[in-house]
Amino acid sequence: MSAVLQNLVNQPYKHGFVTEIEADIAPKGLNEEIIRLISSKKNEPEWLLTFRLQAYEKWLSMPQPGWQNVKYPEIDFQAISYYSAPKPKKKLASMDEVDPELLRTFEKLGVPMHERAALAGVAVDVIFDSVSVATTYKERLAEIGIIFCSFSEAVHSHPELVKKYLGTVVPIGDNFYAALNSAVFTDGSFCFIPKGVKCPMDLSTYFRINTEESGQFERTLIIAEEGASVSYLEGCTAPRFDTNQLHAAVVELIALDNAEIKYSTVQNWYAGDEKGVGGIYNFVTKRGLAKGANSRISWTQVETGSAITWKYPSCILRGENSVGEFYSVAVTNHYQQADTGTKMIHIGRNTRSTIVSKSISAGYSNSSYRGLVRIAPTAENARNYSQCDSMLIGDQCGVNTFPYIQVQNNSAKVEHEASTSRIGEDQLFYFLQRGIGAEEAVSMIINGFCKEVFQQLPLEFAVEATKLLSFKLEGSVG
Amino acid sequence: MINQNSKILLEVRGLHASVNGIEILKGVDLTVKCGEIHAIMGLNGSGKSTFAKILAGHPAYEVTAGAIIFNEQNLFDLEPEERARAGVFLAFQYPIEIPGVANNQFLRLAYNTIQSQRGKEELDPLEFDDFIRDKMKLLEMNPDFLDRSVNEGFSGGEKKRNEILQMALLEPKLAILDETDSGLDIDALRIVANGVNQLTNKDNATILVTHYQRLLDYIVPDYVHVMEAGRIIKTSGKELAKELETHGYDWINAEKSFNKTGVRL
Ligand SMILES: Nc1ncnc2c1ncn2[C@@H]1O[C@H](COP(=O)(O)OP(=O)(O)OP(=O)(O)O)[C@@H](O)[C@H]1O
Ligand SMILES: [Mg+2]
Repeated sequence: MSAVLQNLVNQPYKHGFVTEIEADIAPKGLNEEIIRLISSKKNEPEWLLTFRLQAYEKWLSMPQPGWQNVKYPEIDFQAISYYSAPKPKKKLASMDEVDPELLRTFEKLGVPMHERAALAGVAVDVIFDSVSVATTYKERLAEIGIIFCSFSEAVHSHPELVKKYLGTVVPIGDNFYAALNSAVFTDGSFCFIPKGVKCPMDLSTYFRINTEESGQFERTLIIAEEGASVSYLEGCTAPRFDTNQLHAAVVELIALDNAEIKYSTVQNWYAGDEKGVGGIYNFVTKRGLAKGANSRISWTQVETGSAITWKYPSCILRGENSVGEFYSVAVTNHYQQADTGTKMIHIGRNTRSTIVSKSISAGYSNSSYRGLVRIAPTAENARNYSQCDSMLIGDQCGVNTFPYIQVQNNSAKVEHEASTSRIGEDQLFYFLQRGIGAEEAVSMIINGFCKEVFQQLPLEFAVEATKLLSFKLEGSVG
Repeated sequence: MINQNSKILLEVRGLHASVNGIEILKGVDLTVKCGEIHAIMGLNGSGKSTFAKILAGHPAYEVTAGAIIFNEQNLFDLEPEERARAGVFLAFQYPIEIPGVANNQFLRLAYNTIQSQRGKEELDPLEFDDFIRDKMKLLEMNPDFLDRSVNEGFSGGEKKRNEILQMALLEPKLAILDETDSGLDIDALRIVANGVNQLTNKDNATILVTHYQRLLDYIVPDYVHVMEAGRIIKTSGKELAKELETHGYDWINAEKSFNKTGVRL
């Protein structure tokens, strides 16, 4: 540790910080000192502190975005505590110690944990449970040069990689929440697949039961070098609770020549009660840079949770012949609000992108698709195909589609298709008349509707996602 | 086939029903015994489909008066899916398309639901595939229909065949076929009618809603009813359909006035 850092760590803070620091929770509010505190607590190198402080400067000058089609009370950023030391929960010795309520949910979703625990092919980030399993996988991955660890760990073990790539896809001042994240992020995942290596298993951040809170401001960085490929899973179908209402993560993906990154998310944050009270606000910036020729970035997401979701996983297609894909299912029920979609920025020649967005709205919820397809002057022969389908259940919910298309090169081909359907009384009656109950009918219709997206998910994830959707829409019809 | 000792399967008394506040059924009476085949005819808009859908429990219609006993049960006590499981089957006049839901999945789920209700064995996808292919042969249907979405893009006649396939699968106690013959070509009419004939027996009953005698040439009804303005105004044997075909519906009214006045108009 450098002398400067040493000093920082040992430096007493004013405003009676000291006791708070011992309790390992920073006082509420955001200022430069808090950022220095976070950085020093994590023993970060100087350059990372500088990164944070610059982001904070930017953030101060940015207004809270107001353009999205969601409504929520203004967030008081001074009322949030930005640092609390990860407190390791005690490890569970056996299944008997697992919260029975959680077990019931697993049962309902069809994912008995003992089966999951034994599940091969899913490596686990060390932040979470099953440290032994994770370690075994990590060792095996390390043998072929794959680095997969927590972000904080990577800062210390591979600072040159983190420094080289951090903020290159999502710059610190990209948007209000990305700037905030860049200033105060606490942890997340880091993944590096070296040249020519195909990651032999799906990498997963969560292993069902997270033993520690990952924090409100997660930071993830995934790099696939030339010819490398990886499939990465984020989230899980089990409902995720958090006492922190605001979540603002940043995910950056970088694919070099001929590399491929597939990023799948199943998100089931707490959505609040039936009146929508207490749910998570999820404001995420996810972006992939298809930097090299023939590279591919693919986002697949199943969004079912949060009171408010604000999320546009995007692709910057810089490499020649690079490909960007976005497959999304967003389900909203009760009073949930979602404004989600994607951006496909075509810069390189012969770049291609596909957007398949399915939204399902029930109850009093509101769902918006917002998509941007930009074909830059340099993107000779770029092609995009977008398909946005919305399904309504009941007549109190709403959907909107905002497709933005900017074409600056005449050789481009851009296609957009959209449809809106309603699960109609007569469709439902047809099922009932054949003896099939309403819930099952809806789940069949919904799964048919989402098929193209589910096909993109790793198999066991797809099975769970299917059940999750039915679970989410339970009681929304009939 | 009429057998005076047969059990009554369906008894409808003084049924009144409305939709969006408009009264459509104005006192329907009908008794159907096991083993019988009933044809209901009548002008467009007279209430035949409404009656059929009410038997099946369609939520759009409000029953305002009357009673329906099905198989010794008050039909109004049963939800639509419970009626189906109890053996009420409606072949729709306009089968709806369900995009994204594969026909074979739909058929298997329906079949297994009803099987489990009857305490019988459910079939896994492979067993079901064999089973359904046999049934499709009966209706000379191409197995390709299994992989398509339910009714999506089916021609009018194909949809009707798919309805009868479901009837064959679910073996209802009471089958109500609402204009299943409309839209069928001559060969298909014969095939579908044969299919229905093979499914009728002394323990079940069939109500055929139709406009044409040609269906009744194949499926011979025990009774023919004429519905007009929400009521069954005439009931007779199979010969009634032929007379209607020759003389039209005005003839019944004329006949009624003849009976009243004693003067043939
Ligand atoms: N949902 C509805 N809203 C308004 N009117 C309706 C509705 N459903 C049925 N009707 C009306 O009820 C009447 C009876 O309709 P129904 O479909 O039962 O006739 P039908 O005898 O089956 O006719 P067809 O021989 O043409 O099939 C018609 O006048 C129809 O317009
Ligand atoms: Mg009709």
